Amino acid sequence: MNLSEHSSILIVVVPLIASFLNVFIGLWRRSLCYPLFLLALVICGFLSIDLIQNIINNGTIRYKLGGWMPPWGIEYVVDHLNAYVILIVSFISLLVAIYSKRSLEKELEESKLPYFYSTYLLLVTGLLGITVTGDIFNLFVFLEIASLAGYALIAIGENRSVLASFNYIIMGTIGACFYLLGVGYIYIITGSLNMLDIAQLLPKLYESKVTLAAFAFLVVGVAIKIALFPLHRWLPDAYTYAPSAVSVLASATMTKVGIYVLIRISFTIFEPNFSKDIIPAGTILVWWSTIAIIFGSILALGQIDFKRTLSYILIAEVGYMVLGVNLGNKEGFIGAVLHILNDALMIACLFMVTGGIYYYLKSRNIEDFVGLNKKMPLSMASFSIVALSMIGIPPTAGFFSKWYLIIGAIKAEQWIAVIALLFSSLVNAIIFFRILEKIYFKKGNSTKDINVKEVPVSMLIPILILATSVILVGLFSGKIISSIIQFTVPGGF
Amino acid sequence: MIRLIEDLHIQFVCRIMVPLIQFFALYVIAHGHYSPGGGFQGGCILGASFILMMIAYDIEYVKKRFPEKFNTFMVAFGVFLYAAIGALCLILGAEYLNYGILHKILPADPVKVRALGTLGIEIGVGITVSAVMLSIFLNLSTFGKHEKSEV
Repeated sequence: MNLSEHSSILIVVVPLIASFLNVFIGLWRRSLCYPLFLLALVICGFLSIDLIQNIINNGTIRYKLGGWMPPWGIEYVVDHLNAYVILIVSFISLLVAIYSKRSLEKELEESKLPYFYSTYLLLVTGLLGITVTGDIFNLFVFLEIASLAGYALIAIGENRSVLASFNYIIMGTIGACFYLLGVGYIYIITGSLNMLDIAQLLPKLYESKVTLAAFAFLVVGVAIKIALFPLHRWLPDAYTYAPSAVSVLASATMTKVGIYVLIRISFTIFEPNFSKDIIPAGTILVWWSTIAIIFGSILALGQIDFKRTLSYILIAEVGYMVLGVNLGNKEGFIGAVLHILNDALMIACLFMVTGGIYYYLKSRNIEDFVGLNKKMPLSMASFSIVALSMIGIPPTAGFFSKWYLIIGAIKAEQWIAVIALLFSSLVNAIIFFRILEKIYFKKGNSTKDINVKEVPVSMLIPILILATSVILVGLFSGKIISSIIQFTVPGGF
Repeated sequence: MIRLIEDLHIQFVCRIMVPLIQFFALYVIAHGHYSPGGGFQGGCILGASFILMMIAYDIEYVKKRFPEKFNTFMVAFGVFLYAAIGALCLILGAEYLNYGILHKILPADPVKVRALGTLGIEIGVGITVSAVMLSIFLNLSTFGKHEKSEV
């Protein structure tokens, strides 16, 4: 068996099998669950590195599932964009797995841990499956696996998490149904489910009303899943009340994978000029996301609970990426794809630090963060780096993607979008400098005399790795763009 | 909450019906790829037979025959069977879920082996679906407590 030939399927199968093995082992020896869980994610990490190297050297990988020829069988297609998102998902999920060990000990009963690990692995399976598949119905199946695992993981949090998860189920199911309806319409008119096959068959049918309905259903369905502005209501509650580790994983990977699906729909299944010339979907989404940026930023400013602040910032960040994808030029698209990586790193790090503060302090209230720099110096240093990146200060990663996005918006002459991007940076500056002032400069010790200290090493290491990679990605962003991202730009830009 | 009501008629009918339902469920699973049916449908019918037993007798009565730990094991085992048969094809050198390659370890020709591979997967799906049906019913009827009902 040649391993790298099969790496695109193995990356889905390994977490899937490990998730069921975890249940068996959990019934027998509970202490062996965590090592198995970690091992599966480490293997995923290696496979994703193998995949991206393979693609940089040899180009697109196509894999026939079950030996059936496409377009009849399911085909897995991995190109630069897939490999890039797979690398992000497996890297973040490995770091969160390391982080989760200690944080879960305080937030979950020990008897439930094996089930947590297997649900976590199912979520990772779903997310990786969405990214590797080249079949729109298979994508729906993985979307449901990821969402169902996500609902379960969110519901095991604090008291109110059950209600939050229920709201998420309702919204998420509507989103999935819309997506499925879109797939159904496409299947009715083309008779195919393979993305590349559909891309060849569809252009003759662009004038058909069915095609327009299919496109609308697909885009709105995915917009619910990524919480784009008017459809975002489920997100803040779900991510605020979920356990810390789940918030990190969900916020850093689920929305990014959703953006990936949006890119696939707009530029692979449909040709880029469809959403520009035939219906003004690109323009509508630009306006939609501009409102998302402004709205998310303003609401983030008004929150007391820091996790909720981050959730609203995430809504604004989703706006950034959707904006960049739909600007219709190369700079905007590169900015959006680069921002998928940057935002995953930054949001994951911020949620991890919040979880770390909550670990001893038992509070996420911004007012309680006073004087934390003396007690948790390393976490707070990482927090500061990422905060600067969120604002967009040059050597950090956040600057570069914002730079590309603003250039793209100027080129597309979307002046309101430019203003929204600058406005959002300013609001981020207010939010984070206000917190940094509390952490570093404000006198007094309001940490309630609780014995707050630096978080355990296994939680600290992922935070430090993410903070370092925020700087490294910033420094090497030119290299990342020239070796991977420039190949993801669809033709015609 | 399900209380035990000793009703001879219900229990008697249930005693006759359950084996028939289970037998039909196995038929639907096994005959799935020649006629309408398959793992999911057969699994549903199999799960329904256990639920009928719970309604006619008592939760404890079913739990004695089908312990909860065993049920949890079965939920994962069915899907594991699915994934493992696929992975077995991978190990033998073909694509994932390409059952034709199983003729290397099974004494039959590739075409027959492909049908057998599908049957293995249908059985896996059936096991998981019936176990999940049971566990959903158990959770709903005891408000998630899985305890002995108040008789």
